[in-house]
Amino acid sequence: MKQIQLHKKTFFQRFRDEKYLQIMALLGIAWMLVFNYAPMYGIIIAFKKNYRITVPLFSLEFLKSEWAANGGFYHFIQFFKDEEFVNVMTNTLGISLIKLFVNFPLPIVFALFLNEVRSHKFKKVVQTISYLPHFLSWVVLGGILTTWLSETGLFNELLVKSGIVAQGKTYLAYPEYFWSIVILSDLWKELGWSAIIYLAAIAGIDQELYEAARIDGAGRMRQIFSITLPSISGTITILFILAVGGLFNSNFDQIFVLWNPLNSSRSNVIDIYTYNVAMRGMRYSYAAAIGLFKSVAAFILLFIANKVTKKINETSLF
Amino acid sequence: MPNRSLKTYTIGDKVLVALMLLLCFITLYPVWYTIVISFNDSTDSLRGGIYWFPRKFTLQSYITVFQDKTIIKAFRVTILRTLIGTVTNVLFTSMVAFALSKNHIIGRKFYMILGTITMFFGGGLIPYFILIKNIGLYDSFWVYVIPSLFNFYNMIIFMAFFRELPAGLEESAKLDGANEIVIFIRIILPLSLPVLATIALFTGVYHWNDYFMGVMYTNKQDLQPIQTFLYRIVASASASKTVVAMPAGVAAQQVSSQSVRLATMVVTTAPIVCVYPFLQKYFVKGMLIGSIKG
Repeated sequence: MKQIQLHKKTFFQRFRDEKYLQIMALLGIAWMLVFNYAPMYGIIIAFKKNYRITVPLFSLEFLKSEWAANGGFYHFIQFFKDEEFVNVMTNTLGISLIKLFVNFPLPIVFALFLNEVRSHKFKKVVQTISYLPHFLSWVVLGGILTTWLSETGLFNELLVKSGIVAQGKTYLAYPEYFWSIVILSDLWKELGWSAIIYLAAIAGIDQELYEAARIDGAGRMRQIFSITLPSISGTITILFILAVGGLFNSNFDQIFVLWNPLNSSRSNVIDIYTYNVAMRGMRYSYAAAIGLFKSVAAFILLFIANKVTKKINETSLF
Repeated sequence: MPNRSLKTYTIGDKVLVALMLLLCFITLYPVWYTIVISFNDSTDSLRGGIYWFPRKFTLQSYITVFQDKTIIKAFRVTILRTLIGTVTNVLFTSMVAFALSKNHIIGRKFYMILGTITMFFGGGLIPYFILIKNIGLYDSFWVYVIPSLFNFYNMIIFMAFFRELPAGLEESAKLDGANEIVIFIRIILPLSLPVLATIALFTGVYHWNDYFMGVMYTNKQDLQPIQTFLYRIVASASASKTVVAMPAGVAAQQVSSQSVRLATMVVTTAPIVCVYPFLQKYFVKGMLIGSIKG
């Protein structure tokens, strides 16, 4: 009934009837136009010759300003030729891949282990404690790390005392330790929190499956591999696709805190490079081009990961 | 959790418990150590050998923290942006969600497509920075509030919640002549406290812990939140190679700045760490709805 009535009204009448709802919705749309779509339009600077920060994006001066050489792709070509290119890609993908192979599976293992703990109370306590580091900011964790890893810090103190090294050093000032620091600190911070989703998925498994397996004589390990893991494989797949899509996204919040000029040869990831090129070098067009390259590459990765997992085990994100 | 019929504890169980205890220790100890050093006399700490409790207990670092005008100001910025940022974000996002939860409104499909696109594409850091400069938010307190006013992802969570609310209440209010704005404020919001709390907690932790906006979008010291203030100290500390080789005066200053730094870290983190165990139900729920929708 209602449907038929609505169709009889003109567009304008309908709009007037729902004017309050429209105002509410359009405020949100306006926000998105400014804070999501205007920056997308701003990507144009990647194709301009050399954007200067004083020129407003929405001005004739900007639109009329000179385009970059090579049909606008000058900055992209420049990036591929950049002597930092290989280094930046190695650092970005290196850190992300190790995280994918180490920091991605370990929360699953933790969830499986925790699920095997018999005392409900103990389990709850461990879980609560494991969330704690997630609520520390990267700045605070960076502060803890610089304290521990400084020349007179706890880490060196223990190493010197046990006679492993003669003299401590400030680990964050040496590039060769950077990856380990990044990977381990990320693991420490997010292990418990990342396990939440898996624990929830495990809690949703039908208990009768375990009952039946036990009657058939399946041990604990067998139950984990034949029931628990297959039951949460869908969740694992979705999160895996997202992780692959984020391979170009090094954890900026983290690396920005731990980065410094001394460890730069192993810490210069795409995001850090973009930031320095723009904010220190004032080369906005070049930085925007690197940023755009990153988003396009990330989207392609997400797409491929989605396709592949769809083929393999019929779970996909979209 | 598998409800085992046998109540005997095998070796496997014991190993498991030991492993979990070890994990708890690894998680808690760095935090505990930070607290211990922050309460220890700063020159005494240099001698090393402190592991479990302060050796020379002092509140000096904390007194310094609470007397430092810059730190106090930074805390004020953090508290203000967390309060204002969270309240406005939750109200604005839920308001948009309320409108978009109505299937019949004109253009809804278009609005949703516009929003979904933003989840996959963005302009990136630099065009965003230029925009902030262009619209005059650079070096303004409102840079912490307005750009974080809305979140499409959270909007979807709100929308899903609003759709589950009984339609009857709204209908009767409408018959009484209330318009949608009144309905939203008087009826919908009070009914949505659980979801409002969940989203507010996440937004609040984000605002409390964010340091990057203060680095990127302001140059004024008066506008830097406490996390940005800490960031600047930590970043300079991580880059300085050695303390010992410095002239005595500089080294002593470094040392005292270390305990002040740790004390600031403790003060900054304490509110969240004290509160999260009691609110973890909401955090976990939020994390789960978020992951299902994503």
